[in-house]
Amino acid sequence: MKTILKLRDLTKKFGSLTAVNALSFNIQKGNVYGILGPNGSGKSTTLGMVLNVVNPTSGSFEWFDGNMTTHNALKKVGAIIESPNFYPSMSAEDNLKLVCKIKEVDPSKIDHVLDIVNLKDRKKDHFKSYSLGMKQRLAIASALLNDPEILILDEPTNGLDPQGIHQIREIIKRIAADGMTILLASHLLDEVEKVCSHVIVIRNGVKLYAGPVDELNATHGFFELKSEDKEALKQLLDAHEAIESYDEEENNLIKAILSQPYEAEALNKECFENNILLTHLVKRKETLEEQFLKLTKNQ
Amino acid sequence: MKRLFLIEFHKLKNNRAAKILSLIYFILFSAIALFASIRFNFGSIDFRLADQGIFNFPYIWHFNAYIVAFLKLFLAVVIVSMVSSEYTNRTLKQNLIDGLSKKEFILSKFYGVLGFAIASTALLFIVSLILGLIFSDYDEVGIIFSDLEYIFAYFLKLIGFFSMCLFFGILLRRSAFALGFLFLLWIFEGIIQLFVKFQAESLEFIINFLPLQSMGNLIIEPFSRLGIIKSAATQLNSEFEKSYDVEWSAILIVLSWSFIFIFSSWKLLQKRDL
Repeated sequence: MKTILKLRDLTKKFGSLTAVNALSFNIQKGNVYGILGPNGSGKSTTLGMVLNVVNPTSGSFEWFDGNMTTHNALKKVGAIIESPNFYPSMSAEDNLKLVCKIKEVDPSKIDHVLDIVNLKDRKKDHFKSYSLGMKQRLAIASALLNDPEILILDEPTNGLDPQGIHQIREIIKRIAADGMTILLASHLLDEVEKVCSHVIVIRNGVKLYAGPVDELNATHGFFELKSEDKEALKQLLDAHEAIESYDEEENNLIKAILSQPYEAEALNKECFENNILLTHLVKRKETLEEQFLKLTKNQ
Repeated sequence: MKRLFLIEFHKLKNNRAAKILSLIYFILFSAIALFASIRFNFGSIDFRLADQGIFNFPYIWHFNAYIVAFLKLFLAVVIVSMVSSEYTNRTLKQNLIDGLSKKEFILSKFYGVLGFAIASTALLFIVSLILGLIFSDYDEVGIIFSDLEYIFAYFLKLIGFFSMCLFFGILLRRSAFALGFLFLLWIFEGIIQLFVKFQAESLEFIINFLPLQSMGNLIIEPFSRLGIIKSAATQLNSEFEKSYDVEWSAILIVLSWSFIFIFSSWKLLQKRDL
């Protein structure tokens, strides 16, 4: 598998604050990566460094096996950082023409990318007349101009209204389905969960986890249980070999964590045989959010 | 080089403020010529600037280059704002992300400066040539194309001045600050000159190295020379001969300043996190 980006002990200090601390990870072609981290965890600084706008304090990174300069490599990358930045008095089309000149690509693709983000009929309008959602969509169009090897999106739905968020997500999903490598930084976990195959979790500039989403927490999931006869249910869970531990949650809900693979059907049967009638039974895996909170809390 | 110039040209072409200011600049430029050819009639006084000998070849090169240089302030505003707006719109950041290197960014700005300087110089040459051909008392080819070093000096003066504006724009990131700083520098140089003149005459050589003064030294004021030319017929031997030539030392100093400004802009940008 082709490596697109390699980070080695990348570090950035702002005075006494270490924003990014010896971060190392690889980005492989074809995967969709999510960078997760609370606000101020160093996500944007990390992206800023690999995108040539922030100077690393130490460590290194290399694009495409390191055989080209960073700014030339960036011509093969599409990236949006925070807010969409364009020339306000230029039309969308002229802004994209400028990007084509910088990236040295043919301007004939402009109409095509504007079509992808549904802005074709507004292409002659000044950028400053656009709504935030439209600006963000234009930024995505701009990032797609060069058929990038990787698309980097930093908080692409920040500040958008629900409709705008939905539109951006649909666009991202569509692009991801076409097999493009994507690196998505976000603190919105459901956003990442919906599209990413791999995650990199950072907190205070330190990497906590990097790998496939499903391996982030290699547990067997848990049951959510509810019964009128709560004490009997608890007794059963205490004695059960497959249940590692259980917690009482609100609404008399019991959360029983599995220590080995176990089916909901079997548990239901056992309960019934012990005269415990369940009013609620769900087996599920922890959401990315729960896994993430656990991970960032533990360390 | 062509790519970088086209990038900058595309930005300027689509920037309304830059377009309007440049237009005003070039119109004023031509208007000066028109103004000079107007005949003033105040009763008994019949006066026409053009008849005072200012448009005689080769003096016209010197005179026009000196006068028109004041208009460079207009373009200074354009240049400062074309740099600082890249900061305020955060488009500098986007340019870098899109694959422009910091060096290329500075170079593209410098090519913009070069473009403005070349256009101004070409216009100065054409306008002066036309005015000269209309009003000059001498029209031999040898005389017409003598003393052209003033045109070159004008070009260099613009390069130096615009490079300085570029640097201030990069340094301060806001047009108002950069222009204010330019004004402060002007006052500061004035104070130094006064100080040196009255307190430390041995340091007088320093004055020629000050950035604004060195640019001013490129083209010496032409007014006293006009008097000399007019009175030359009656006074064959003047006791004191002032040199109006474009000095090599001034050329070298301005070239060095231009290089320093552009190079520091690049180094400054390289050091910065955006």
